[in-house]
Amino acid sequence: MDNENKIKKNPLSFQIDPDLFEAASEDEKEQVVTQRESVSFMKDAMKRLVKNKMAMTCLVILVVITLIAIFVPMVYPYTYTQQDVTAKYLSPFEYSRKEQARIARGEDVFPHIMGTDNLGRDYAIRVIYGTRISLLVGFVSALIVVIIGILYGSISGYFGGKVDIIMMRIVDIIYSLPDVLIVILLSVAIKDIISTSKNELIIKLGAGMISIFIVFGLLYWVGMARQVRGQILSIKEQEYVLAARAMGASPMHIILKHMIPNCVSVIIITAAMQIPSAIFTESFLSFVGMGVSMPMPSLGSLASDARSGLVSYPYMLIFPAATIFLIVLSFNLLGNGLRDAFDPKLRS
Amino acid sequence: MDSKFFMYVVKRFLMAFLTIFLVVAITFFVMHAIPASPFSSEKAKSDATIAALEAKYGFDKPVPVQFVNYIKNILKGDFGLSTKWIGSTVADLISGALPYSMKLGLCAASIAIIFGVFLGAIAALNRGNMLDKVIQVATTGLVSMPNFVIATLLLIVFALKLGWLPTMANQPGGMILPTISLSLYPMAYITRLERSSMLDVLGQDYIRTARAKGVRSGKVIFKHALKNALGPVVTYAGPMLAYILTGSMVVENIFSVPGLGRLFVNSMLRTDYMMIMGVTIVLATMIVLMNFLADIVYKLLDPRIDLS
Repeated sequence: MDNENKIKKNPLSFQIDPDLFEAASEDEKEQVVTQRESVSFMKDAMKRLVKNKMAMTCLVILVVITLIAIFVPMVYPYTYTQQDVTAKYLSPFEYSRKEQARIARGEDVFPHIMGTDNLGRDYAIRVIYGTRISLLVGFVSALIVVIIGILYGSISGYFGGKVDIIMMRIVDIIYSLPDVLIVILLSVAIKDIISTSKNELIIKLGAGMISIFIVFGLLYWVGMARQVRGQILSIKEQEYVLAARAMGASPMHIILKHMIPNCVSVIIITAAMQIPSAIFTESFLSFVGMGVSMPMPSLGSLASDARSGLVSYPYMLIFPAATIFLIVLSFNLLGNGLRDAFDPKLRS
Repeated sequence: MDSKFFMYVVKRFLMAFLTIFLVVAITFFVMHAIPASPFSSEKAKSDATIAALEAKYGFDKPVPVQFVNYIKNILKGDFGLSTKWIGSTVADLISGALPYSMKLGLCAASIAIIFGVFLGAIAALNRGNMLDKVIQVATTGLVSMPNFVIATLLLIVFALKLGWLPTMANQPGGMILPTISLSLYPMAYITRLERSSMLDVLGQDYIRTARAKGVRSGKVIFKHALKNALGPVVTYAGPMLAYILTGSMVVENIFSVPGLGRLFVNSMLRTDYMMIMGVTIVLATMIVLMNFLADIVYKLLDPRIDLS
């Protein structure tokens, strides 16, 4: 067969003589296989992130703190409002006389890991509830910023022209408003409205948290919107978008399927940077007394309450302070790690 | 260039003016959205008394009329009467507290800028060294600490445990701790900004050219690198002022400084409407004007920046 099909080679032609070829050995075949499997951008970034030990440590710390904040209150033997006048100001792992008597009788008494406060409430569970508030504020605010910022930024960037100019002027104005002052102002107003409200959830959340959510919804998304818009503007010029449009894809389809996936890195980085600032604002408001309503603890209000007994009971300050420090530090370092992983150009 | 620059300044100024007006409007309408009367929380007042008080403060008129009157009065420097510190005007209370906060804020800002730029430049020049690493770790830690944590930790260590400095601001040396607690966060922030922009500048061609020409390394650093690396620090002036103003609300409370921050927190806790409105507007105006100035200075420092 082979010989019949073989084309006679003209001695003067440059045609390559097939006889000179030989089958590749297994070894050689393997070399041709691509050295590195093709990976998507997401996978590549995740790989870089996993390699970053600092960022991964922070991620683990945050996951652990989140799990503690969610699940420990469910199984913890004390509640954050449960008072025991015989057990005021216990140091960590100290038992009150009543509890010592119970231990002597052979009962199991769960230790006060972080001691108790001025009303004899277990301090560890209060710190955990405060952590819950901080994390809730951080995540919900980031979510609000992501949703509004993406919608606004992508619409502005996609349509461009006059729409873009008007939408970005609005962003400029919002950007120049002093946000913290407006949070304070709203929390004053909302606190007054709450005091007459009967809705349980609203009372529980407290003025500080609701006003933070409102202000994040009204003001803080502008940073995200600017970033997303910038990204969209550059993606818009790419050929594959033109191709999609030529095939009759709707604007919504192009935004959702082509543009937003390509903005993911910017979105992740900006969102991660928002979380610490939300947590800072909440703790600040609670510290000055405009945050969560009374029995509910927040890391800020715990630190504020601790000031009255600073000399004798410094641990009352140390625990909430260390917790908030750990949370914010982890978010900051994780944010840096995400930036390095998702935007290698920005790496310092 | 000059007319273009002038237009830029005018545009920025109008923008700042619009922002201030918006802040005044938001402040006014948010405070008037509160359903309760500003006098209702005080004890045992008959309806007639409340009505008389509201008439005295002008709260009985329709809201738009009140708004116009309020703006007219503000332009005359009259922020109205405090509803809780009876007998004092808001303007008097603010101008009484302002000097303390100004002193505190200016000292903190100067410390933050001087040490921040210095440490940032040192870190950049020693990139990768032990010194750089120490500075990086310390600043990362500091920007992760809310100001109430910084302030109370300093209070515990230097005032309560070591006893080196007083706990109250009215004692001699009492302003040292509040100033330091207020300056640490912006200092760390500026250090990080300065470090990265300095590293950026040091990698530029003109630095290499200067070095190749044989310019002394001190001159390269001060005349070429430092000056060009200051841009990002200048743009941070506005946010820094915002931080210092809100930070002073915490720090002045912790160290009992009779400044604007403490006044603001007290009026929030006592829901003194006129005070809250007055202080918010004054603080917001300061922040907006600072942002305006920072934009202009930034532009003057680096004429290459596109004005559109």
